[in-house]
Amino acid sequence: MNVLYFAWLRQKAGVSEEEIEPPADVSTVAELLAWLKGRSAGHAEALADLSLVRVAIDQEYVQLDHSIAGAREIAIFPPVTGG
Amino acid sequence: MIKVQREDFDIAAEFEALTAGNHAVGGIATFIGLVRDMAGDEKIGAMTLEHYPGMTEKKLAEIEAEANARWPLEASLIIHRYGRLEPGDQIVFVATASPHRAAALESCQFLIDWLKTSAPFWKLEETPDGGKWVDARDSDTTAAERWIEQRRDAAE
Repeated sequence: MNVLYFAWLRQKAGVSEEEIEPPADVSTVAELLAWLKGRSAGHAEALADLSLVRVAIDQEYVQLDHSIAGAREIAIFPPVTGG
Repeated sequence: MIKVQREDFDIAAEFEALTAGNHAVGGIATFIGLVRDMAGDEKIGAMTLEHYPGMTEKKLAEIEAEANARWPLEASLIIHRYGRLEPGDQIVFVATASPHRAAALESCQFLIDWLKTSAPFWKLEETPDGGKWVDARDSDTTAAERWIEQRRDAAE
């Protein structure tokens, strides 16, 4: 699956997009975020405070307990500040 | 109609196109957002708006469809810019047209309130201390949640 990072999460993680293959026991958004923290110190810093992290699967907002099964694109970003 | 674009927009031209020839329209409400030169006490030189192409258009279309479901609108338009903008530049334009003023005014406010908390845009401000990502404001969430409450009230 493809993971996208935006705004300061992108800057801290040091990557805007990456193709990942999480292990089979990673089945929810929360488990995925925990697993992604292990990819680099930057990822760990970006995902340190999940109250500041929003997640969309295939362009729909999801909660931390949502399944990632079948997801093609998972976007991770801070609370939005447009308008 | 949804437009997500880097370039500026011409309010007069957009306004005219919105209801051209539609004489069922009795009122149009508009909101135009501009870049401020201050954030709190700090002077801002410019800002860059980042967004999530694809999801941005999708969320804006959903919000617009919701407004059209709640109010009797003849036309609606959301334009949101991205990229680098300077103080005074136009960021966002929301317009709603309806036979009567209440629907136009309410739906316009609904759209801008809802857009601010659900459309995936992020502002990076250029300050004397360097780039600073804008924090989401609780007041924006409260403004958007007001519309959820209203729907609940209406259902009761």
